[in-house]
Amino acid sequence: MNRCAVIGVGQTRYTTKRRDVSIAGLVREAALRALEDAGLTFKDIDAVVVGKAPDLFEGVMMPESYLADALGAAGKPVTRVHTAGSVGGSTALVGASLIQGGVHDRVLVVAFEKQSESNATWALSTHLPFSASLVVGAGGYFAPHIREYMRRSGAPAHIGTLVAVKDRLNALKNPYAHLRIPGIDQAMVESTPMLWEPIRYLETCPSSDGACALVLASEDKVTGTPAWVHGAAMRSEPIFRAGRDTVSPQAGKDCAADVYRQAGVCDPRRDIDVAEVYVPFSWYEPMWLENLGFAAEGEGWKLTESGATALDGDIPWNASGGVLSSNPIGASGLIRFAEAALQVRGMAGEHQVDGARLALGHAYGGGAQFFAMWIVGRERP
Amino acid sequence: MRDVAVVAFAQTRHTREDAGLSETELILPVIDEVKERTGLTRFGFTCSGSCDYLAGAPFSFVSALDAIGAWPPISESHVEMDAAWALYEAWVRLQHGDVDTALVYGFGKSSLGDLREIMTLQLDPYYLAPLGLDQVSYAALQAAAVDADRELLDGIVRRSRADGRANPYAPDLPEPDVADGPVAPLRAADLPPITDGAAAVVLAAGDAARELCERPAYVRGIAHRVEPHYLGMRDLGRSVSAADAARAAGVGKGPVEVAELHAQFPHEEVVLREALGLGGDTVVNPSGGPLAANPVMATGLIRVGEAARRVLDGSARRAVAHAANGPCLQHNLVTVLEA
Repeated sequence: MNRCAVIGVGQTRYTTKRRDVSIAGLVREAALRALEDAGLTFKDIDAVVVGKAPDLFEGVMMPESYLADALGAAGKPVTRVHTAGSVGGSTALVGASLIQGGVHDRVLVVAFEKQSESNATWALSTHLPFSASLVVGAGGYFAPHIREYMRRSGAPAHIGTLVAVKDRLNALKNPYAHLRIPGIDQAMVESTPMLWEPIRYLETCPSSDGACALVLASEDKVTGTPAWVHGAAMRSEPIFRAGRDTVSPQAGKDCAADVYRQAGVCDPRRDIDVAEVYVPFSWYEPMWLENLGFAAEGEGWKLTESGATALDGDIPWNASGGVLSSNPIGASGLIRFAEAALQVRGMAGEHQVDGARLALGHAYGGGAQFFAMWIVGRERP
Repeated sequence: MRDVAVVAFAQTRHTREDAGLSETELILPVIDEVKERTGLTRFGFTCSGSCDYLAGAPFSFVSALDAIGAWPPISESHVEMDAAWALYEAWVRLQHGDVDTALVYGFGKSSLGDLREIMTLQLDPYYLAPLGLDQVSYAALQAAAVDADRELLDGIVRRSRADGRANPYAPDLPEPDVADGPVAPLRAADLPPITDGAAAVVLAAGDAARELCERPAYVRGIAHRVEPHYLGMRDLGRSVSAADAARAAGVGKGPVEVAELHAQFPHEEVVLREALGLGGDTVVNPSGGPLAANPVMATGLIRVGEAARRVLDGSARRAVAHAANGPCLQHNLVTVLEA
């Protein structure tokens, strides 16, 4: 397998409505920034991989056809990835695969969502024949899983609030973040309405417009500061399988085990310096801390409560502010992967974790059944 | 590159109307068939292609995982494109060298909506879609630009329908008549049938290919290229991207006995024959092609399967498969298969 590195990262600012750009303008903004970071132009790119969540969000079917022009893809191969909420992560992995498989040397990966074009909550409320839906939106689907986590672990009710505050404090250090709430504290989170018990308004992710792009390169074509891919994996499991554990899905455990094995990680809490993990509802931090092996079963909330996952803790999670602070759904996974790369490149700005050498990027989607992860490092593997 | 081959192919008996099966029910038999044929129950990688807009709901691919029995969890991905691109992704994945088999499948029920109008939604939402240009209208624009001899086009339709009637998986379409189509210069018989269906392919690399199958259909070249979206920026009379993909895949490196082309209209076959440099001795679409059965999102993968089938059964040594995405053949994928 050929080595692959991230050599360029580009992000748009994330916000409720980008009225100033079209969809093409939005993705091009991120792509041009990633190319600039890599010191390259569209001419240097061999292939383009585009990812986004359901096409119903913008009402444009298979938009990679329309976006080919804006992404300088004419005359090149374009691939469109869609793996539900994990798609941003999967898009990076499909791009990396083209390099690892020896097919291309430089690949542009772009993921986006312009959620202001529609209402995501209703677009995500699937109906018959896909589900006999009794829930509204992703929060309605995941709230029972969170309640089950609380029941099993005995976690106190304020843990979700701690994550909501911690990630928004981090967002104040990230110029691209959507939710930048000065003075955010526990009292403010607790004063917001309950949406889906136990999820309060400020414990959910926003709906954002935004795009993220990466330039990936083979070893021979590395320019600038690389973040080397040390491990990459995806796993999926069926949504309706009786007996599957939706609180700590097997696919998440298997995906983590695969990516740790590739990267030589034995103890993730010790070996990994910073993690960007898909946490769209605050409670998913303690849940994923356990699923990903950073804490023993039932112990994730204690890690959160101890402050270990804060920017100044021993294992910062979502130094960028995470999905709780910026959520252009189709891009949210790629932003995790990109922020992990920025950390090990030492280019994360104010939210840089000092001395970060190994970072995890994580995304999940569907009914907590699709997982995409990578580990990037400062050193060549 | 690593030797990768098609070792099994299965498809549904495609229907022209909704047979009452969900997507999951549609897929299950073809997945079971390729599992049985190869004796494999687990695959190193799985990839599928489908389109939410056909079902009119987000995540139409999610319940497909219930059909493939993804337990214990599998390494899996999905393209919102024709499943031929899922096959491409799987071929790339097999190049890594750590896994040896891949399952690829695609499915679509175009009977559920108005495909003509749905396809409008793949156009630039600001400048093209508001014009109301539907799938048949933009195909007619290209037909006018190609301006092929009417007898040639009639011959393609007649041949496709006759081959389709001989294909047990394609619905039986009558001899074409000369009725006008909804948009000139297309005739009614120039339009592909609305079709529901699914298909699955198993790819295997290295020794696994020889162990799983007597005569693997080796992928000797595979490449795809897109061109500008705006119809006004392209010469619709030819396909530069199909020609580029064919060159990259090495179509011209040997004689092509059989070609399965993703030509949904007869003029597209004319364009593609020229782009791929196919001569008169190449048998085109012996399955009947998309003019006989067009289960959208699986149609391109079926071209690969049908071309591979000729190599697998020993009737051809070298075959070419073509798949298309986007309006007026905007995006083309070409695969060369050899014994």
